[in-house]
Amino acid sequence: MAPLVPDIISNEFNFIIAILIGIAFGYILEQAGFSSSKKLVGLFYGYDFTVLRVFFTAGITAMFGVVVLGHFGLLDISIIYINPTYLWSAIVGGVIMGLGFVIGGFCPGTSVCAAAIGKIDAMIFIVGSIIGVFVFSELYPILEGLYKSEYWGNVRIFEVIGISQGLFSFLMILMAVFAFVVTTIIEKKVNKKDNPDLKPTGRYVTFAAITIIIGLFSFALPERQKVLIEKSNNPDLLATADYKIMTADELAYRLMYDMNSFRIYDLRSKELFNQFSLPNSMNISLDYIFSKDASKLFTESYKMQIFVDETEEGARRGAFLAAEMGYENIYVLKGGLNEFRSEILEFKKPNRELTLIEKDNYRFREIAQKEIKILIEKAKTQQKLEAPKTKRVLGGC
Amino acid sequence: MEKSKYMNPYLAGFFLGLLLLLTIYITGRGLGASGAFKSMVVYAVNTLSPEHTAAKPYYIEYLSEHEGNPLKNWLIFELIGVVIGAFISGLISNRLEFKLEFPEKITKRVRIISALIGGALFGFGAQLGRGCTSGAALSGMAVMSAGGIITMLAIFGGAYMFAYFFRKLWI
Repeated sequence: MAPLVPDIISNEFNFIIAILIGIAFGYILEQAGFSSSKKLVGLFYGYDFTVLRVFFTAGITAMFGVVVLGHFGLLDISIIYINPTYLWSAIVGGVIMGLGFVIGGFCPGTSVCAAAIGKIDAMIFIVGSIIGVFVFSELYPILEGLYKSEYWGNVRIFEVIGISQGLFSFLMILMAVFAFVVTTIIEKKVNKKDNPDLKPTGRYVTFAAITIIIGLFSFALPERQKVLIEKSNNPDLLATADYKIMTADELAYRLMYDMNSFRIYDLRSKELFNQFSLPNSMNISLDYIFSKDASKLFTESYKMQIFVDETEEGARRGAFLAAEMGYENIYVLKGGLNEFRSEILEFKKPNRELTLIEKDNYRFREIAQKEIKILIEKAKTQQKLEAPKTKRVLGGC
Repeated sequence: MEKSKYMNPYLAGFFLGLLLLLTIYITGRGLGASGAFKSMVVYAVNTLSPEHTAAKPYYIEYLSEHEGNPLKNWLIFELIGVVIGAFISGLISNRLEFKLEFPEKITKRVRIISALIGGALFGFGAQLGRGCTSGAALSGMAVMSAGGIITMLAIFGGAYMFAYFFRKLWI
């Protein structure tokens, strides 16, 4: 599951990747004409909307791609960098940048691109930018209030507006197409001539149509995570997945003598988990099973991955999801924690004639009861196991 | 030799979008530019006067969030790539030339001053807005960050708002 850094691509190699990505970035910007300030500011005076076309096409292409990759569970959206939202600094900072744009004729990325092909005005712009950054850093104590006011967190725009992600991306695409058409008309009026390069030729229309059809198809297919969660609600399907059952006795034995052979994933609420939990257990949610962190945890060494919940049914849901995600060595605690309590922790010998096998078994349970109660008490004084949670990638400018 | 024509803007945008998507897929973060300027400033100030960076909160915050040398930063490497990539593109399309570009109506001096002031404002605004057109607006749009999209609207809205007053610089 992506992002590939830092597990598949190391942090050090990432710097090489950065250079390669930069080369492509610079090449595309220069080829698009972003190395000329005259061309860049054209959109503010109506004579050249290249920036708008390139920018919006790039934005919707990437946005669409992120949605699709997330949809099929190929990219973990919860750990990629989402620019944090600080309302006032975003607005004021943006307006100042807009002012800088019409005065200076560049933005930071394009100025570097233009400087690379010898534009002296771009080099001066870079010097100016560095001065601007320095001035901000020095004045930061005065600006800190504004800089940190109205913090909304790493929220995404469709959550703020309250619509679905798919609908929002669809609206963005419509807006972009609308902007392309309108600006082409404006450009034609301002320049008093047609730009033959931008006529919607058959090729473009076909290309766009194919993309839209693929897009619609992919959204018609439901999200993988949703499908699996839905399936896990169906008791008949639960039994079909590839996981095994572990009895309370077996778990009790392993708790006492073979703690390294397994790990317990407790699917109950945080409150219940904090009140009572078995040693060597981690509190996780069903959603966690789909994350990139889980993929590291569940494939770690040869451990048995035991899912528990109050009931067996609850544990089966987690085990089903994990097995369907392709993880191996998945176990379910038979009868859930309820049975573990009645058979081990609160076990009482029945008042009747016992068979020989029962006698052996019950003797084991009485020993286990004592030992595991001690283990539970001991575990309380120690730090609880935490399910690893990767922090968001540090990104942005 | 004659200069080549620019790439079709929609095609260029499509490639740029794919590149941005690939960047997010590989690294989990988007493209950027102004952040590299920030690293350079922090590095320069830290080298010239470590006491100064130790006393000013903005540098302290930066240095506490980023381990090691400020120049060992993803965006610095990316920006080195941008210089190389743009140079290659200029070479291929015959656009390499030392030149101060400005409209005929204004003087060289006006262009130099406007580039410097514009740059300073952009640099300042990009710090306040936590990113520039690449890092906040474009990359923010790709991941549908509320902050990124608000910054994008503010950049373009602000530019249109002020465009009239600075029209003499361009047309």
